[in-house]
Amino acid sequence: MNAAFAAAALPHLDAAYTLARWLVREPAAAEDVVQEAMVRALTYFASYRGDNPRAWLLRIVRNTAYDRMGAERRRGEQPLDDAEAFADPSPDPEAALQGREQRDGLAAALAALPAELRECVVLREIEELSYRDIARITDVPVGTVMSRLFRARQMLLRVGRAEEAVKEPRT
Amino acid sequence: MTGTTPNPVACDDMKLLVQADLDGELDAAASAVLAGHLRDCPGCAALAAELGGLAHALHHTLRTEAAPARLRAALEAQLMPPPAPARRRWRFRWPVLSFGAGAAVAAALVLMVALPQGDNLDGALLSGHIRAMQPGHLIDVPSSDRHTVKPWFEGKLDFAPPVPDLTADGFVLIGGRLDVIEGRSVAVLVYRHDKHPINLFIWPEPGTATGETRRDGYVLRHWHQGGLALHAVSDLDAAELAVFVRAWQGQQ
Repeated sequence: MNAAFAAAALPHLDAAYTLARWLVREPAAAEDVVQEAMVRALTYFASYRGDNPRAWLLRIVRNTAYDRMGAERRRGEQPLDDAEAFADPSPDPEAALQGREQRDGLAAALAALPAELRECVVLREIEELSYRDIARITDVPVGTVMSRLFRARQMLLRVGRAEEAVKEPRT
Repeated sequence: MTGTTPNPVACDDMKLLVQADLDGELDAAASAVLAGHLRDCPGCAALAAELGGLAHALHHTLRTEAAPARLRAALEAQLMPPPAPARRRWRFRWPVLSFGAGAAVAAALVLMVALPQGDNLDGALLSGHIRAMQPGHLIDVPSSDRHTVKPWFEGKLDFAPPVPDLTADGFVLIGGRLDVIEGRSVAVLVYRHDKHPINLFIWPEPGTATGETRRDGYVLRHWHQGGLALHAVSDLDAAELAVFVRAWQGQQ
């Protein structure tokens, strides 16, 4: 049972951690989220019948991350979302996550998106999941995934255009 | 629909199709229709180019991040059964070995049988610690008040674990729970230092043995005190866990 679960889940550990990093940001928090998600996943595994263990696991990671973010917000701990990343252009988690590419601002712009838009971009662009899988993971209709992705991309493009204008005025 | 003329309203409907095409979500027929539209409509073509550029940039900026080795090791330890059958195979080979080799194998076997004892205990303690990370499982009695935690164990165990207050040393009591380690009901006190939980497993056991072991990025400190065996497990670093142990010993 554990071995079967390990075979199904462990190959997707990096994907799980990456999603957790983009959702809760802090490496230690992301680690906690993945660990907790794995424990949850193990308990659900007996009743799991699907054919896409990666999407299944990412859904549990995503829900675990949201539970944690919700709990922290309720406890009035550090605000995890939205404007925060804009206020500080180089917060440590993003810097660590993105290394030198931090400079181009795209990662920072993604980090600054609201969670429900950010997760769509991460699932699509990093995990390369289909709309259907993203819809399942985020528990919304496919149409909502499409419009969220579109909104997210428009916001990223806007940031990109603003930076372009500052950096190198086109000739 | 091929060759549609630019029309702001129609193009508004088109934008999700432009995106879906880039995401590989359109079938060949729909993709061909869209390609026809893009040839005729500079607005949609510009959108397609922009989204394509963004996808390219994201692709080069974002990548899957490797999970920390510590996390992977902990999960593997938790999920992979210890390789017990390997030992049995050794025994089958024994008879064909010469006496000298046999003695060496026998010595190795003694070691292998002796070592897993501590190894299994470490594994059981570590599993207990990791299991405790499960939501709602860390604590049966959530309280930072030792006068609440201590009586809670009464009637649940045949011994009364001491519950010292170590707040002054930077270790905050957050509660207690029961656990089962190697078939024995034990008391677990949960403390927290910064954001790191410490599980302290306690049961009656005469002895004086002390020690420190490491496993999968976790540190385990073992000691005996007042007729009890105590085992602290945490992902704190060894020095900090040693401070915890000293503080705990000092309170008794």
